[in-house]
Amino acid sequence: MKGTEAIIETMLKSGTDTTFGYPGGSVIPLFDEYLEYEGKIRNILVRHEQAAAHAADAYARVTGKPGVCIATSGPGSTNLVTGIMTAYMDSSPLIAFGGQVAVDLLGNDAFQEADMLGITMPITKHSFQIRNADEISETILKAYKIATGGRPGPVYIDLPKDPQIQETHKSIPKDVHIESYQPKTHPHTHQINKAAQMIMNAQRPIIVAGGGVVLANSAEELTSLAHFLKAPVTTTLMGKGSIDESDPLSLGMLGMHGRKIANYAVLNCDLMIAIGCRFSDRITGNLESFADNCKVIHIDIDPAEIGKNVSVDLPIVGDAKLSLLALLKALTENIAKDTSWYERIRELQKECNCDYNEKAKINPRKVLDEVLKVKKENDIIATGVGQHQMFSAHFLKINKPRTFISSGGAGTMGFGLPASIGAKTARPNVNVFDIDGDGSFQMNSQELATCAEENIKVNPIIISNHYLGMVRQWLEIYFGKRYSQVSLGKNPDFVKLAQAYGLDGTSVTKPDELKDALQNQQKSKDTYIINVEVEQESNILPMLPPGGHIKEAFGGCMVAPGCFFNKR
Amino acid sequence: MKTQRHILGILVEDQPGVMARVSGLFARRGFNINTITVGSTRDAGISKMIFSINGDDKLLEQVVKQVNKLVSVIKISELKPSDSIIKEIALIKISIPSENAKFDIIKCSEIYKAKISDLTHKSAILQLHGEPEKIDAFIHLVKRYGIKEVSRTGVTAMSRGICVLNNKN
Repeated sequence: MKGTEAIIETMLKSGTDTTFGYPGGSVIPLFDEYLEYEGKIRNILVRHEQAAAHAADAYARVTGKPGVCIATSGPGSTNLVTGIMTAYMDSSPLIAFGGQVAVDLLGNDAFQEADMLGITMPITKHSFQIRNADEISETILKAYKIATGGRPGPVYIDLPKDPQIQETHKSIPKDVHIESYQPKTHPHTHQINKAAQMIMNAQRPIIVAGGGVVLANSAEELTSLAHFLKAPVTTTLMGKGSIDESDPLSLGMLGMHGRKIANYAVLNCDLMIAIGCRFSDRITGNLESFADNCKVIHIDIDPAEIGKNVSVDLPIVGDAKLSLLALLKALTENIAKDTSWYERIRELQKECNCDYNEKAKINPRKVLDEVLKVKKENDIIATGVGQHQMFSAHFLKINKPRTFISSGGAGTMGFGLPASIGAKTARPNVNVFDIDGDGSFQMNSQELATCAEENIKVNPIIISNHYLGMVRQWLEIYFGKRYSQVSLGKNPDFVKLAQAYGLDGTSVTKPDELKDALQNQQKSKDTYIINVEVEQESNILPMLPPGGHIKEAFGGCMVAPGCFFNKR
Repeated sequence: MKTQRHILGILVEDQPGVMARVSGLFARRGFNINTITVGSTRDAGISKMIFSINGDDKLLEQVVKQVNKLVSVIKISELKPSDSIIKEIALIKISIPSENAKFDIIKCSEIYKAKISDLTHKSAILQLHGEPEKIDAFIHLVKRYGIKEVSRTGVTAMSRGICVLNNKN
């Protein structure tokens, strides 16, 4: 068979029936082959390669299966870079194919040649270059194995033109063995028993759940552990959805823009059970003083994350699901738990139900409250990056894992629209909302064309404050309101923009118009934009100064909650 | 924590770009490399790299864990100076300012067991092998005659006794 047949056959065999891509000289043979596989594999033709990477990334986040994107050599592949890095930072199993010039031209600065192996080296889990058609199937199978094995991550495959058109007689292997890649997934029993002992001795435990819990499909086990211990659970941005946020034990997100209740529980716990999180600076603030009053158990499949940022009292290397199951088993004997910690948390949670004033201008939170009214349990939320993203993290209660898709580690603006396209492709039967900012949305708004042409119905809700809101907030707080380069001015007319692509939308300026707008959006068969003109200078609070101690967090809804913790 | 020299033995799959993967990782994570040596091993398709780095124990732990994550890396392990043979080869080109200096240089070379690999009226190339500290000391000793050029291989190392660095344990 031809090289291109081998590529598609191997992808199909690995469970891929959808790719996101954009053609160009060096991948013409591959896309030519797609015509022979009509009905078996579908390529979503995006309008910019970056969007292909984000869409494939979101596809992976929603399904847990690798997402595949394809671009041509040179600028096509370099346009994937932001998307690959986004997937890398959030441990998403992305497989990126980049075309490449013919093997005998490599290194000659040929037309549209770029050293993509070199460029992607720091932002991929691994990369390959296929130099011969005989290598195709084995390499692609290896890529799938590496992308999904252990801690997931992106794999880049450099695909020179000639192997695509060569003939190969090699059949697709059943399985591949990678001698040097054998990730450890089973936790050590001894460590589990020690952890169980520490947990039984703890008076005020807290669970910090990261993206690893979602990636390991262990939301159920996490919830069981929390309920068994009556331990509150706080999540990172990536961990959102690992516990039903309407569960009384759920405290929401911690960290720089974390909920006060979550940060104060972190501050006052005596044992932190951190699962599948990497303690980024957005979580810890000042590293020296983070978790300095408690013991820390850190469960992670990636040994390099343990002890990297936060000193750990008990490390457990293993898959989150397997570790949680082992821990639940080790904890079966019932311990009489003092419930005062749980009760204090519950008491504080009541204090935390802040409300916004219904002013003439719309508060961003109001938008999200209205979205929650129409959003069904399995519906998916994708976001851009900025204030709207943090508002979403705070106020959109998420009930299920893999239904909140956001660029966490990378903080990639423009992620929302292409991500919602990827999510909708993966889950055609649910509603996918793109909660976006006016700045973020404009970074990939060309993908409205993809929605229109490929009949992908997503629900973009643009929270417009005519500013790059997060930067404006920093300038207000830390730079004495010297607003430099943050005004977006008048903004394009987003409704007309939608119409230009043959879609429709509406613009909302008053709170009571939101409900109808959302209903019209739901009724529309096509992608329908809602542009919401919100208060221009609202801030997302609470906020922890960068590098600051959690105690220094300011703003937000609980009034001086620290005092609750000081009396016992 | 105390900063000291650490020697790391790394077994890698012998593929194009492996060196870039490993050294690139060191660079972007801010790990300083003193020396690198690479060569073939007993097993076809597997190369061995010996890295010498400076850092404290916490840095060492991160280096080992991060390198271990690279798919092309089969094994990484620290070679502790007390349990290892650590050697380096150096070529030192030295100028010979006078006849007296020549005799001095020959004497120094004899004491350090350095071989004179090349000799002209004005210069000599001294070849020396041994522990890096010994080479440092020799260079310091002959510096006053005027060193023209130094080529050092970087350290290679092996653990003492029956223990081996391989992918089986």
